[in-house]
Amino acid sequence: MATQEEFEPVIGLEVHAQLSTNSKIFCGCKASYGEPPNSLTCPVCLGLPGALPVLNKQAVEFAMRMVLAVGGTIQKRSAFARKNYFYPDLPKGYQISQYDRPLGEGGEIRYRLQDGEERVCRLIRIHIEEDAGKSLHPEHGENFTRVDFNRCGTPLLEIVSGAEMQSPEEAYNYLISLKQILQYLDICSGDMEKGQLRCDANVSVRPVGQKEFSTRTEVKNMNSFKGVQRALRFEIDRQVKLLKSGEEVQQATLLWDEKRQAAQVMRSKEESHDYRYFPEPDLVNLVISDDWIERTRQCLPEMPVARATRFVNQYGIREYDAEVLTDSKSLADYFEEVMAHFDDGQVAANWIQTELLGFLRESGQDINECPFKPQQLADLLARVTSGELSGKIAKSVFADMARTGQDAAVIIRERGLTQISDESMLLAIVEKVLSANQKNVEQYRAGKTGLLNSFIGQVMKATDGQANPHLVSQLLKRKLEE
Amino acid sequence: MDSYVPPYDATAVTRLIDAGAVIIGKTNMDEFAMGSSNETSYYGPVKNPFDHTLTPGGSSGGSAAAVAQKIVPIALGSETGGSVRQPAAFCGLFGLKPSYGSVSRYGLVAHASSTDQISPLASNVRDLALVYKTACGRDPNDSTSVAFDHPDYPGLLETNGKLRIGIQKECFAEGLDSEIDKVVRDAIKALEHDGHTCVDISLPSTEYAIACYYIITPAEASANLARFDGVRYGLRVGSDESLDDMYSKTRSVGFGREVKRRIMLGTYALSSGYYDAYYLKASKVRELIRREYEDAFSKVDLIVSPTTPTAAFRLGEKIDDPLAMYLSDIYTIPASLTGCPAISVPFSRMSDGRPVGVQFTASYFDELSLFQIAHILEHWI
Ligand SMILES: [Zn+2]
Repeated sequence: MATQEEFEPVIGLEVHAQLSTNSKIFCGCKASYGEPPNSLTCPVCLGLPGALPVLNKQAVEFAMRMVLAVGGTIQKRSAFARKNYFYPDLPKGYQISQYDRPLGEGGEIRYRLQDGEERVCRLIRIHIEEDAGKSLHPEHGENFTRVDFNRCGTPLLEIVSGAEMQSPEEAYNYLISLKQILQYLDICSGDMEKGQLRCDANVSVRPVGQKEFSTRTEVKNMNSFKGVQRALRFEIDRQVKLLKSGEEVQQATLLWDEKRQAAQVMRSKEESHDYRYFPEPDLVNLVISDDWIERTRQCLPEMPVARATRFVNQYGIREYDAEVLTDSKSLADYFEEVMAHFDDGQVAANWIQTELLGFLRESGQDINECPFKPQQLADLLARVTSGELSGKIAKSVFADMARTGQDAAVIIRERGLTQISDESMLLAIVEKVLSANQKNVEQYRAGKTGLLNSFIGQVMKATDGQANPHLVSQLLKRKLEE
Repeated sequence: MDSYVPPYDATAVTRLIDAGAVIIGKTNMDEFAMGSSNETSYYGPVKNPFDHTLTPGGSSGGSAAAVAQKIVPIALGSETGGSVRQPAAFCGLFGLKPSYGSVSRYGLVAHASSTDQISPLASNVRDLALVYKTACGRDPNDSTSVAFDHPDYPGLLETNGKLRIGIQKECFAEGLDSEIDKVVRDAIKALEHDGHTCVDISLPSTEYAIACYYIITPAEASANLARFDGVRYGLRVGSDESLDDMYSKTRSVGFGREVKRRIMLGTYALSSGYYDAYYLKASKVRELIRREYEDAFSKVDLIVSPTTPTAAFRLGEKIDDPLAMYLSDIYTIPASLTGCPAISVPFSRMSDGRPVGVQFTASYFDELSLFQIAHILEHWI
């Protein structure tokens, strides 16, 4: 596109990740989804008069994990602040957040572009805050909005990147990487469609070569990673068009409309909120000891890159396969579970990537929803490497396992699929095949040894493919060379 | 909020009930604890039991009147800048503003979270000490409550120890009623007679205490009162109009003049472009005052001053002059800003019979000295 030769976009992302703590950030209510509206509430998260917040330690610990995992600095003294605005789903009329003294500063997210090139985006800050409730807007001609406060008070982690990304694709890959880290740390489920991960973007474009940033806009309301990419593409094009026609970009907040594939101005600079931040007097400063930081560091799980390297060394699999397998923590965990009961890493890697991932893709399931356990897959693979099952039969057994969740042993028994490795049984069939093909036997003995495969094929056919091909070949050779 | 029934009890109330106290009822007070005369109350003002044309003080005027009228032996009030000590002085009672963080604020409707303290009123020191001892202590539901090993106050009232008492000279200046001046000096003489040492001290930054207080507490209140928006409880007006209309109508109709004045003040002080000049500056002044008190308590055990510049004034006398009203808390505000405990002792009376309070301020968590000094003066009353 011509525009990209003259202008370059500058993108910064502000991501809100819902922390998967047991309880809410300032009260004992369960942090959970899908419960009846307003069933997970108490005086604190409903903001009743006189109720006071008490900080959830687990939420702090989760945030600390994130700061450490991205190489940021944990501030030993951070503070909470009130962000004031009115909205029905915000029961206190302010959100408890962190403002001038966030929990974490700095750090970086590494991600790969489609062509494999690695990029690094620096982070500005990471802080914790409370989520608001959920407004359920009118349906079917109702003239009122309902509010569900179950989500209110769920801990959020806000991760603010520098304005360093230069394309929607980069933003997309940054988000993929960020989600991977959150999932590895086991602190956020990371499903953007479910609102567990939310992303606002700051966008500006500037003439190539210009150092200063131009006027930026904020784009909100993207509900998927691809949606972020599309919204950014839209907004960049819009800004470039404006600049090219000699107009100016106005500072504003825009809402992305996925249905219409367009972003609309929600409020201009003049209408922007004054949140009147001030220190939250109901909470004391958050003081984090060196000891606590150290203990959290010790407990950090192995991150994707380190894990992939270990997979290559420990299980002898190819580097590419290791990267695919460590793509999500649950997939990597699955692979390692298989390897706890099986010893050929490359075979396991191949099966997981082709058969298992193929099946999951087709059925639209997640690895966590896989109908059979890693140990069951390990058992199937062991039957292949031992020669009990041919690869072809094993795949059909796999299909049944995927369908029913049954053990391979059960399927094999029920379908009578065990490979025939009984020598005396196979010998009888071999002799039958040879005696029926006397002419070919003579030709073979005269030197046309290529005929062996046709003999094998006939034995396999006579056994419905269940004969152990290796053994059949041996027996045939022995008989033919007698 | 007239018909609002809270679904839970405040920690302080629960502790009193657990100790066998019987809660008779809730008392009248200034709206959202904002006022010094009880006249901003939604229900109309409480009258002073000594003279029904006088204010009982505020904001916790109802609590003070109930004790002074002997309806109850003890009562709790809500202190933000003198709301218990001033009514105690106006009604001839003992009133304690505890150290910030000693009585849990859980369940106390917040006015200014950084100075609010639930505070007891009683007609004698032993009752006061007993209520305080029962209500105080760390509460896991209030992050700002402090774990402190409280002594057995009611059992330790008698002491032979001699205290060093600082006379805060800034208080004995223009604005102080001459009769009150004399009452406080009589109290000082009584203490000297008992062998305690009284010395003049100066706390120059207290000059800015009122200005500082009327920036910080409205700022906090502007946020604390945002929840009264008509969405979940309380009054709702204009619900068939736009959301903004509902908010603005509900709050315009629902809040009284004084409350609206303070919400406006606080919102202004926190607004972008004014924050540094007001809220931030006030926070610095507050720190300065705190340090001055800390410094003073390295030299003296207690600081003595009048509780109020005048005795109980007439209902209606200051209601149209907010500044004059604010000045009635001039001596009580510093302890609220610093978090120090302070007590008002009903030492004597004006020639016309109106009660007068003498205030003692102690260092953080030294409530014991306050009870002891009050108990000494109790013998003289
Ligand atoms: Zn709750």
